[in-house]
Amino acid sequence: MSPGTDTTADVIPGPAAGGRASSAPLLGRDAEPTLFELSQPGRRSWQLRTTGVPEVPLDDLVPADHRRTTPAPLAEVSERDLVAHFTRLSHRQFSVDLGAYPLGSCTMKYNPKICDAVAGLPGLADVHPGAPVSTIQGWLELLVELEEALCEVTGMAAATLQPAAGAAGELTGLLLMRAWHEAQGRQRTKVIIPDSAHGTNPASVTLGGYTTVTVPSDDRGCVDLAALRAVLDDDVAGIMLTNPNTLGLFEEDIEAIAAAVHEVGGLLYYDGANLNAILGVVRPGDMGFDIVHLNLHKTFATPHGGGGPGAGPVAVSARLTPFLPGPRAVRLPGPDGPAYGWATPDRSIGRIHSWHGNALVLARALTYLLVHGSDGLRQVAQLAVLNANWLRHRLSATYDVPYDRPCMHECVLSATSLKKATGVRALDVAKRLLESGFHAPTVYFPLIVDEALMLEPTETESLQTLEALASALEEIAADAGTEGGHDRAAGAPHATPVRRVDEARAARQLVPTFDARR
Amino acid sequence: MQVPDTLRYTSDHEWARADGGRVRVGITDYAQDALGDVVFVGLPEVGTAVEAGAVLGEVESTKSVSEIYSPLAGTVVAVNSALGDAPEQLNADPYGEGWMVEIEPADPAAFEGLLDAAGYRELTAE
Repeated sequence: MSPGTDTTADVIPGPAAGGRASSAPLLGRDAEPTLFELSQPGRRSWQLRTTGVPEVPLDDLVPADHRRTTPAPLAEVSERDLVAHFTRLSHRQFSVDLGAYPLGSCTMKYNPKICDAVAGLPGLADVHPGAPVSTIQGWLELLVELEEALCEVTGMAAATLQPAAGAAGELTGLLLMRAWHEAQGRQRTKVIIPDSAHGTNPASVTLGGYTTVTVPSDDRGCVDLAALRAVLDDDVAGIMLTNPNTLGLFEEDIEAIAAAVHEVGGLLYYDGANLNAILGVVRPGDMGFDIVHLNLHKTFATPHGGGGPGAGPVAVSARLTPFLPGPRAVRLPGPDGPAYGWATPDRSIGRIHSWHGNALVLARALTYLLVHGSDGLRQVAQLAVLNANWLRHRLSATYDVPYDRPCMHECVLSATSLKKATGVRALDVAKRLLESGFHAPTVYFPLIVDEALMLEPTETESLQTLEALASALEEIAADAGTEGGHDRAAGAPHATPVRRVDEARAARQLVPTFDARR
Repeated sequence: MQVPDTLRYTSDHEWARADGGRVRVGITDYAQDALGDVVFVGLPEVGTAVEAGAVLGEVESTKSVSEIYSPLAGTVVAVNSALGDAPEQLNADPYGEGWMVEIEPADPAAFEGLLDAAGYRELTAE
C-alpha cells in the first residue's frame, strides 16, 4: 500500500486479519470447508474420453445383487475447486520443506530434491513392475546396488527391499526369526524387548506369534544386563533392540548383550529407527545383530510423515539369507543373456509386499547414498549427533535432563520441574513451540521418562536454526512462570490456523469419516 | 493428590478396598494424573481367574497404553462396564465411579500385605 492510499477504503483483509478473499477462506482462522460442503450436484473434475473400446453391459461385469442400489455419497466438485481446496489446506500445513521438524525418533530430515528428480525420471517412473526382465535391466541393477549398499552400511550379508516401512520390516524380521527357529527343529515362544522400546516392537512380537518379555533399563538408561541374563533361557527366540536406544543413548554393553543372547540360541534384531546416529561409524552386523531393518524414509531421506510411502528393507546375516522374502533382484552368472534377473531364496518366507515394494522410494534412497558417498554418510551421523548434543547442553539449563551424559542423534529432556513450578506440561510446551514456527518435539515418549520432550534436530539444521529453536524453548519456559503464563500455555497454540484440538474427545468419540448427509 | 487412608495400594499404582469378602480395585489419583486423559479402558471378563501381579486390564490415554495389574490372586466377580462409555470417570473420580473390577480373593488375608496409605504416599513422594 503506498503512503497516499486512503486507508479507510474497502480493502480485502489479509491473512493476518483472519478474513476471506472472494468467497473462499484463505489463510485466516476460518475452517476450510470440507469437499462435501463445496459439493454441487453435477460438478465433475474429470471426463472420460472416447476410447473406442466396446461397451460391456454392467450385468456382465458385476451381478446386480453385488451392486449398491443407491448412489455413493461422494462430493461433486470441479477440478478448479478441488485444487484450490487442497492447496489451501497445504498452506495451513507444516512440513519438512517449511522448517525445522525436531520430532524425536522420527528423523524428519530434509529430503534433497535431487532424489525426487531421479525418482521422476520416466525410465524409472513409467515402468510396469511386471515388465520382462530384458527391458528393466536398469531397474534391477538399481535394486541390486541398493541392496549391496545397505548391506555395506549395516554389515550384513543380504537384504530384502520389499517391506513397506518400519513396522512391515519388523514383522518381516520376526517371521524370519520364526523360520530360523523352525529350521533348527524347535520353535521358541518369547522375544525380549527393553522397557524403552518403540511401541511397534511388542506389537510386532505379538503379530509374529511370540510373547513379549520386557527387561528394565538401568540407571544409565541402557539395558540392565543382569536383568537380561535373568530372563534368558532356551525359549527365547531373540531380542529386539535399537542402538542408540530411544533415549538417544548408545547401548555400551551391546557386545555382552549379543554374546548372552547368542549363547542361549537366540537372535538379535536391530530396529533401524535410530540408524541415522551411527551411519558410517559402526555397523549393526559388527555389534552381533542377525536381522536389521532400515527405515529408508528416515535415514536415507525419503519422504514420510504424510508424504510417504516409506520403505523398510530388512538385512540379515549369511545364515538367515535362505529365508529372505522373494523374489529379489540378483546378478545373473555367465557372460550371455541379461546381467540381472529375479530369484527367490530356497527357504523363503514368501512375499511381504506386492511386486517389489515401494520401488520409487528405493530409487530415492540409492540416490541419497550415492550423492553422499561413504564419507558423506559418516558426516550425516556426526552432524546429527553434534546437533543433538548442542541442544541437550544448551537446554539443560532450562529443562531437566534425566540421563545427563552425551547423547547420540536425539536428546530426551523432561518438563517435570517446569510442571511442578508452573503447572505447564510437556504437551503445553510442544503446543507453544508451534507458535514459533517449529514443529513440536515428540512428547511423552519414551514412556520411562516423565513429561518427556524428545528432540531430534537431524543433521540438516544449521546452527542458526538450532539457536532459534533453543531460544524458543527457553522463552516458553520463562513465560510459563510469569503472570498468566499457565493459561497462555494451556491455551496454545494461539497463532496457528487450527487451535488446540481435544485429543481425548477425538479418541473417545471416534468418527473416522465425514458424512455430509447426516 | 488424594491417597485415602481407608484404602490399600500397590507399587504399580492400583488401589484396593475390602468390602464384604470382595476387593474392589482401581487406579490411584497419582496414576490417573500421570496417564492424562483416559480414552479407553480394557477390562477382564467376569469369572476370570487372576494371579497377584498378573495383567488385569489396560488403560489407554492420549499419552500411552498401560497395563493394570491385579493386587491379589482370586476370581473376577464384577467389572465396571460403565467405563466403556465413560472412560473419563477414571480421571474424574478414580476412587469412586472410576473403579475397575471386583475380585473375590483366594486368600483374604493377602489384602493386609498390600501397601497402606502411608507407604503409598512415601512411594510417590519422590
